This record gives sequence, C-alpha cells and structure tokens, in this order.
Amino acid sequence: MNARAMTLPRSAVDQDWRHVLRWGFICGLALVALCLVGMPVELDKRALIERHLSLGYLFVLMVPVAIGWVSSTLVALEGVENRRQGLYDLITGLVVGLIGGGLLSLLMVALDNWNLRDPLVNWSPQLLRFLTYENGMGFGAAAWLSTGAVLGMVGASLHVVPAVVRRTTGFVVFGLFFLSVLEAAISDLSEGFGLESLTDWLYAKKGGLTVTSTIVVGLVIAVASLATKGRVKAATERYRDMDGIERQKASTVLFVVIAALCVILPLFLGKIMNELLANVGIFLLLALGLNIVVGLAGLLDLGYVAFFAVGGYSTAVLTSPNSPWFSPELHFGVALVFVVLAAALTGLLIGAPVIRMRGDYLAIVTLGFGEIIRLLFMSDWLGPYFGGAQGITNIPGVDLGFATVKGTDPRSVFYLVLAFCAIAIYTSWRLQASRLGRAWMAIREDEQVAEAMGINTVNAKLMAFVVGAVLASFSGAVLAAKVGSIFPTSFMILVSIIILVVVIVGGMGNIAGVLVGSFVLIGVLGGPKQPGLLQEFQNYKLLIYGVLLVFMMLKRPEGLVPSARRSRELHQQEFLQDAWLKGDKLDADDDETGAPAAVSAGDEGGEEE
Amino acid sequence: MSTHALTTKSARRLAAVDRFLTFIRVFLVALIVVGLLAFIWQQIDPDNPFARWRNPDARGLTGDQFKGLLISGLSQGSMYGLIALGYSMVYGVLGFINFAHGEVFMVGAMTGFIASEKFQANGMWEQNFILCLLLIILMAVFFSTFTAVLMERIAYRPLRNSPRLIPLITSIGVSFFIQNFVLGLFGPASKSYPRLPEWLSKQRSILTFEIAGTRLLVLVVAAFSMVGLWYVVERTKTGKAMRAVAEDKEIAALMGIDVNRTIVTTFAVGGAMAGVGGILWGLMFRSVTHMTGFLPGVKAFTAAVVGGIGNIGGAMAGGISLGSAESIAPMVILEPLGVPGVSQLKDAVAFTVLVLVLLFKPSGLFGERLSAEDRA
Amino acid sequence: MSERLLDIRDLKVTFGGLDALSGLNFHVDEGEIVSVIGPNGAGKTTFFNLISGLVAPTEGEILFEGESIVGLDPSIVTSLGIARTFQNVRLFPNMTILENVMVAQHCRTSQQVFGALLQTKAFKKEEAEIRQRAEEVLGFFGHRLVGYRMDQPAFALSYANRRRLEVARAMATQPRLLLLDEPVAGMNPMETAELTGLIGRLRSEWGFTIVMIEHDMKVVRDVSDRVVVLDHGVPIAQGSYDEVSTNPDVVEAYLGRPVEANK
Repeated sequence: MNARAMTLPRSAVDQDWRHVLRWGFICGLALVALCLVGMPVELDKRALIERHLSLGYLFVLMVPVAIGWVSSTLVALEGVENRRQGLYDLITGLVVGLIGGGLLSLLMVALDNWNLRDPLVNWSPQLLRFLTYENGMGFGAAAWLSTGAVLGMVGASLHVVPAVVRRTTGFVVFGLFFLSVLEAAISDLSEGFGLESLTDWLYAKKGGLTVTSTIVVGLVIAVASLATKGRVKAATERYRDMDGIERQKASTVLFVVIAALCVILPLFLGKIMNELLANVGIFLLLALGLNIVVGLAGLLDLGYVAFFAVGGYSTAVLTSPNSPWFSPELHFGVALVFVVLAAALTGLLIGAPVIRMRGDYLAIVTLGFGEIIRLLFMSDWLGPYFGGAQGITNIPGVDLGFATVKGTDPRSVFYLVLAFCAIAIYTSWRLQASRLGRAWMAIREDEQVAEAMGINTVNAKLMAFVVGAVLASFSGAVLAAKVGSIFPTSFMILVSIIILVVVIVGGMGNIAGVLVGSFVLIGVLGGPKQPGLLQEFQNYKLLIYGVLLVFMMLKRPEGLVPSARRSRELHQQEFLQDAWLKGDKLDADDDETGAPAAVSAGDEGGEEE
Repeated sequence: MSTHALTTKSARRLAAVDRFLTFIRVFLVALIVVGLLAFIWQQIDPDNPFARWRNPDARGLTGDQFKGLLISGLSQGSMYGLIALGYSMVYGVLGFINFAHGEVFMVGAMTGFIASEKFQANGMWEQNFILCLLLIILMAVFFSTFTAVLMERIAYRPLRNSPRLIPLITSIGVSFFIQNFVLGLFGPASKSYPRLPEWLSKQRSILTFEIAGTRLLVLVVAAFSMVGLWYVVERTKTGKAMRAVAEDKEIAALMGIDVNRTIVTTFAVGGAMAGVGGILWGLMFRSVTHMTGFLPGVKAFTAAVVGGIGNIGGAMAGGISLGSAESIAPMVILEPLGVPGVSQLKDAVAFTVLVLVLLFKPSGLFGERLSAEDRA
Repeated sequence: MSERLLDIRDLKVTFGGLDALSGLNFHVDEGEIVSVIGPNGAGKTTFFNLISGLVAPTEGEILFEGESIVGLDPSIVTSLGIARTFQNVRLFPNMTILENVMVAQHCRTSQQVFGALLQTKAFKKEEAEIRQRAEEVLGFFGHRLVGYRMDQPAFALSYANRRRLEVARAMATQPRLLLLDEPVAGMNPMETAELTGLIGRLRSEWGFTIVMIEHDMKVVRDVSDRVVVLDHGVPIAQGSYDEVSTNPDVVEAYLGRPVEANK
C-alpha cells in the first residue's frame, strides 16, 4: 500500500468495481450509440449558447453527467441510516465518465481508420470532425477523456453537495436549457407583446443565447431559486391542507387564470406558434379520450386511431363538395351530430367483439381493427365512397357566422380545439366522479368481482368505448376542417401508439397529467407528422418516444403527473411503508383486540382451489 | 378449481351483446360460404349470372394459379410460424405479449442483409453460396438472440411481477425504440439482398407443384428448425425446466430450477427462431427496411393465437393456416363477391382471421397451454 | 318464515367429468341463517359460485323468490337481491373504502353519462343518496371504517377490516339474501366474537337472510338456525347444529372412520 491509498478512506478503495465498470460500459455504449444514430451531428446545427455550445454537444455531454449521477445513487431506504455519500461516489463517477470518454475515443480511432459507411449511414467524416472539435485525434481523445471524467464526477458530486446547491444548479441548468431551446417560441411571444429588444439582447443573431445573457440569466435564476426556496412547497402544502370550500375557491381561481391565459395568449402569438398549439390541442383531445378508455376503464385500446379516422372521414364526406359518393355539403355544426353518431356506432361495433376478451388480446385485436379501418379507407373497394389513397379534398372550414375556422388561420383552429378540449376535460372530470366512473374503476381493479357486485361490465365497457370514440371523433373532425383534406396515411397505427405514449408519460387516469403529457411531447417533440418546437428532433422523435415509454414504465409508471390513485396502485408497498414510518394512522390502531391479523388471504384461499 | 370454472359458463341467457356477436359470427360464416359458393360456380361457369353481376372481369383461377397461391401461402405461413414460436413461448412462460418480437425478426433480416452484402462484395456469395448461407443464418441467429436476451434483461425482468398490461406497454416502447434505432443506424432506404444463385432460385416441379427454389428452401429450413425446437422443448432438461417455469414460477424455483436462466433461454430460443425467420424473409422477398418487423410480427402473434397460445406445435400450424388463409382467401372468397383490388386487403384478411378465431374458439385451434394463473 | 326465498333442486355441476356437486337439494326460508359446512374440497365455494351466477350448473334448478336464476349474469343475480363475499377477500384495492361501498350500489342506481355531464338534479340527488347509504353501511361496523378511513385505499386496511369492508360492500347492494364465504377466517378470537354478533344483527336490524360457509364451529353454533353439511359435493346431513354435530356421518366426514367402532 502506498501513501496515497493510506490517506484515502477505506471505502474509496473497496469499491464495488464490477458495478463501476458495468456503468462505465453502459455510459460508453450509450455515447457510441448516440453518435452512430447520428444525433450529435444533426443536432450540432442548433446553437444553444452562440457557437460555444450546440444541442449536439449538449446531448453528448449530458450522458456522462446522467450516468455518473445514476451510478452513484444509493437506494434510499426510509428509516435506515444510509452510508454518507462522499469520495467513493466521486471516484465512481470519475471512472464511469473516463470509460465513457475512452470508448468514444476508440470510436474516433475506428472512424479514422476504417470505413464502415456502407451499412452505418452515420459513419461519416462529419462525425469525426464533431468528435475531434476539428482538431487532431490526440486533442479529441484527451478532451473526451478529461471531459468525460469531469462530467461523470460532476454528476456524482450532485449527491455530495448540499441540497441547496443541487437545487440551484438544477434550476439554472434547466432554466437556461429551456430558454435556449424554446428560442422560437419566446421570440414569437415577445414579438407579440412588442418586446423585441428583450429577445435581441437574449439571443445571438445566428441563434442561441449570447454569453452575456447566459451569465446574467443564470445569475437571475440562481437568485430567484434561492429566494423562493421552500415557498413553492409551502404553497402546495397549504393547498393540500385546505378544507373543502377554501380548496375549491383556490382551484377556481387557478382554473380561471389558466383558462384566461389559454384564451388571451394566442392573440399575441404568431402563426407558427398557433399552429403548434392547434396540433397540441388535436392530440390532447385524442389523449383525453384514450385516457378514459385506458386510464379509467383499463382497456388497452391500440386501435384508437380508428375513431379518429371515422371522425375525420365522416366530417369530410358530409361537408366536402369533393366527396366522391355522397356529398350533402352540410355545415360543420350539423355534420358534427352525425359524426358523433357515426363514432358512437363504430365504438359499439369495435367494442362488442372485443369486450369479453382478455386484456392483452383486446389490445392486439383493437390494433387489428385500427389497421383494418385504415386499409378499408385506402382500398380500391371502398375507393368510390371514400376516395381511396387520394383521400377527400376541399373540406370547407367551419363557418361561425362572424369568422371562419380554417387551416390558414391557425389561431381560429386553436380556439375551436380549445372549445372541444374544454368539453373533453369537463366530460372526463364529471364522469370520473360518477356512477359510471366508479364502475370503470372497479372493472379495472377486478372485473369478476365488479360483475358479482352488480355491475353490468359489458355495458360499462361499451360505454367507455363509446365515450372515447366520440372524443376522438371530435379530434378527427377538427383535423378535417383544419387541414382541408383527409388521407388514409394520416391514420397510421403510429398515431395510436403516440397517443398512448402521451397518456402514459403524462400520467394515466389523470387529466392534468394528460395535459402536461401532450404539451411536453406533442408541443416540444411533435406529433407523428406535425413538427414540434424542436424541429431538429424530427428524425429522432420516434426514437425518443420509444425510450421514454420504456423508461417511464420501468422507473415511473405513474407518469409525470401521477394521479394519487395510480401511484398508490403501483407503489402499494412503499405507500404502506412510508405511512408506517411517518406514523400515519393508516390502520395501525386497529389491533386493539390483540394479536395481529397476520394470516394472509392467499393461505386461506387454498381451500377449494 | 374455482378460477378455472369461472370461465366455463355453458348456459347463459343471451345479453344484447351476445346476440350481436352471434349475428357477427353468422354474418362472417355466411360471407365465407357465399364467397366459396360463388367461387365454385365461377370455376364451373365463368359467365354465370352471379359472376356477371358481381364481377364480370374475373375468370376464376386455373389449377396452377391455385397451387401457386397455396405454395406462397405455405412458405409465408411457415415463416410466420417461426416468428410465432417466440410469441407463443414467451406468452406461455411469462404471460405477456412481447410486442417487440417482430423487431427481433427484423434484426435478423437486417443482419442477414449486411452480412450477405459484404460476402457479395468479396465474391464469396457466388463462389460458395451454401457456406455463406450458413454463415448469415448463424449471424442472424446470434444478433437476434442477443437482441431478445438484452431486451429481457433491460426491459422485462424488472417488471416481472407487475400488472400484465405493463410489460405489454413496455414492449411496445421497446419495439418503437428498436425500429427507430435501426433506422438511425442504417438509414431509411430499403435494402435488397444480393441475387441468389440460379440453381437455387429457378422454378422446380415437385409432385405437379411448380415451386420456386427459394420457397422450397424456406419450407425445408422451417421444418428443420421446428424439429430442432421440438426436440429441445420436449426431450431436453432445459425444455423440461421451461415447461415447469411456464406452469408455476415459484414452485419451479423451489424445485431448484434457475427461473431467470430458464426465462432467458426461452427468449433466446424464440430470438433464434425469429433470426432464422428473418433470413428466410430476406431470401424470399429480398428487401428489408426498419419497418419490416411490424406487420409480420403482428401477424405472427395472430398465428400464435390461431394455433393456441403457449402451444409450440400450434404456433407452426397456426402460422401455416394464417399464411394460406391470407394468400388464398382474397382470391377465393372476396374476388368472386366482386371486391376489387383484393390484394390490398391481404392484411385485413389476416386480422379478420384473428377476430374470427377469437370469436369462435378463443383458446385457438389446438388449445392453449398457459400457466395456472393465466388460465383464469 | 314460511316463504321459500331460495330453493335449489337437484343441482349438479361437473368440471371435466368430475362431479363437483351432485343431487343437491337445498332451501332457505326468509329470515333464516343457514350455515354450510363440510371438509375442504366439499364443494362449498362452488355452491356459492353457482348461486351467484359465476358458474352455470350442469343440471338442476335454482329458484330465487320462485323465479329461476340459472344462467343469469352475476350482475343480474346481484340486482335481483343476492350479494356475496369472497373466501379470499377480493376488494377493489386501489379504490377508497367509501368508493368500494359506493360502487356496490351500481345496480340500485340508474344515472348514465348525460346525468353526470349535465349535473341534473336527479344525478345530484342520487349521488347524495349513494353516499349517505354508503356511510350508513360503513357505520354498521362502529368506528372502524368511517371517518378519516373512508378516503383511504382499501389495500391499506388490516386483514380483519378488509373482511368487514367486504361484508359492508355486499350489504350496500341491498340484497335480500347475503352469502358470506368464511366471514371470520383469519380473524382472532375477539374479532370473531364481535363479527358473530354482527351477523346476528344483520338479520335482526337489516332483515337479511343469510347463508354462510364457515369452518369455525363456534360461530356456526352461535348464529345458525340450520346447518347443512356437504361432503364430496353431496349433502350428507341437515338440521340444527346439535343434530348435525352428533350425526355419525358428519363425524366420519370430518374425522374419518374410527378405527375401533365400539363407541
């Protein structure tokens, strides 16, 4: 043992090296995969802080930080004294980052010496240039090794520093990130308010924040975060502790503010932002509908797009003069009545055969129905009625008397969508706390018992399908009026899956969660065909959707904004444990009669099985 | 006993939904019967009044055309069968649909493309085709197995005890990820396998069937894989462990079976079969994209359900039935009814078969084999 | 007590060639408490499953208030007035205690989508009634299921309270006939004694007729008017507790044939 090791605490030497190496390789492989998928090079075009930091570099630099953080995380057990985090973790982070940088350097060497361009489309000189900072190989390797190590250590050190520092850094980094990433939105918004000078100061001409603004804004956020420390938490606590009437008052105020914002904000936004909001609204409407089917009734409908298609096509047939077979050219409002009827009927038709199936069979069969409906709309067979692959064009906008809602005026579309979303939110909210909503939840929990408790499960499930179908058909109708034409390719299975991701990432069974989910995913990343705020992500958004879905299922199945019920469901053990530790009066005072009732239901249930 | 019994309701008074379902059943059967009758009439007399009314252009099928449809149905079906094995085994053991299994198949096809292209570039493909074929099958099997095992380790193992829809949703995410990862790595262009040697691809005549050599190869390879798999599952210790784990994981663990290892083996075997299927796809259709796995995947799942999920022989039989149905039914049932452009409806026919089977015999044609808890 | 509430004739059910129950004749009069006992595997739970419609009989007739209920969906059977609990407690674990009881009133209420959306007067009235009745039912068990507990998820309850909630949920369906499947299984002696008292009150205060499967002979003795003994799917004895407990067939079914038959 040399002197250096003597000075280190024992824990630093007795690392679990297998764990560290494993995370190191995960870090390295993640980096190499990221490069080979082509993300850094493509995203390098988007500057974040003038020419000093691009989105591409940020994506690469993020990896060692994140993995450094994860690899040195301790599983926190409440009520158990944890080892204090310290040098051990820093070394873990350092080694992890080092291995990551090392693998990246190896990739660089490989890039320089072999040409694998043939199968790997991103094996390009641009990638090499990106990795070497347009300097030599030696420089690149040294840079990646050292930044990897430093960033890994930074990630790990977040465990070590006091909570205040961690919080402040978090706010500053995320604040700056959003400020630079949402450049288009913010410029657009400030233009609407006549604040061009602000954006001129914030952003460089070629895009990205300027260095000065980065520093100033960073400081402002840091100060603000220090100043508001604990206030937000206190406010939410206070809200939670309010009694019924007070709480209702606060909720009403909050609701009015948000509603007013929704109504007023679009007036100050430009065309692109309004277009974006309209797209978000269309998908929000779909997500709210799917939330009823999946989140409340627990029926995993993978063919939800079928109802969207029925809504779109029936609107097109009823309003467009170009409808090839039957063209009554109704007004949108009149047509909507028939659209709703058509959707409800489709809900019944698709719902009836699948209603008695096992949950997972239901998923695949609905997927099949979704695909069948698209294939039928596309086929030559129904071509004379629905236009086949050419679709139906020339769908008029919605004539409201004082204004016309049409695609060229995205603001009006947004308002139309907003109205429908309001209906959908109201519907979900009211149904949740009704006889039907309770029946849905009971079916989700245990279908057989629900049936035995007098719930007609077949009718209740069909009702879920119908309500979901009607909400989706609203969305389809808006889409038809907005785009002005309708094609079978707008209704790929992809749409169903993306809505499912939105619902799950947001939080199943929770209206606020679905709202957040659609704004974050559709707004920022974009829908299946619609671009989001980050247009650079166009080619990678589906990849990110996939990763997000897996990640959420593994780490946070209750979603970003979980409903209390859902998170209880998924974390029953922890819930009970926490309550016990906090001394909550769950059911602890029940044992006044003596011996704990420890016989489990399973043991007793053996009798007649 | 009680859980089993709860699903066996023989006498039940009809609810409105049941009446509707009966109507659908009758309607579908009637459609098939009428279509078949119309087809037969058309074969006897192409100018019969019904044919003239519904579909004046159709001239029926010649014997050779029919045989051609049958052969293409069989060969495509045996490929579905190979993929279906993976769905069926995983469902039998873990009780969830591994939606991403279609992507495992795609990885196999993609690996085959890359390897065969490299072989062609240095001339080996023409010189020693058999060796190349063996090598690309080996590579495809390796990468598919690797993908399947990795998938199990990262995405499914942590979810083993969660509600059954959770792993299904996760597998949808995995499927999305693999598709788009492959898209990112290899680009969106459709990739074509190199040309096959003449002696393989030429038409041969066997028992009056005109059959392309590639299709023959597909049938032979699929048959061999099936026999191998049957041997592994029914005759080896690993297979016995698999069946024990499928029946009851906890008890199997108590009997000293390494449950994790057995589940990994299940995924690996399923992945290997999908890899072989991928190569066969490549040889037969010669073109691969990142989306290649989706439809065959869903159809293979359909095949697994048709044959009775969890049932290995059933998966193969289901695959062959589905393949034949989707190849023959459009021409034999839909066209005589006057539906134009029937080839577009091939996929719709496959999904209709799924609905039909679930409406008439939800446990599949050859019966399910599921673990005790999944039978309810 | 003269009217026959439930009348079962020649009931037989077969699972894969095995007779789970055969030749069962059984009746319950209005206001009775009948216990069904028998060794494990005697077909007691199957018997309950048959009455509540989860399993259809192979042969035979089940008459409830003179009407046949064979082949009806479980939900319809419940709405006709037969409620049950489960041997291995099956609550809706993630719904609150209040919701568990509220949802059980589904078949007694009628509001659909539009009532909820338009918040009609009828809807509000019905919701208030549902809630009131739920609280009333929960109040039957003393302080255990009311107050702050009403808003807790059901899985947070102790084992005995889950059993109580299950009984409460069955009560909320407003049945005439209550089927209790081992109501005191897994409870300690004091909880058992308390619940035994409550079962008596279920009849006297709520007017339910009760059929109960139970292994605890003390409970059976204390509350039942009549006891039916099943063995291998066949009823082997019927009568008061004292008659049945001394019946040699019953003793044999439970303990096996004595080696020396000289006693």
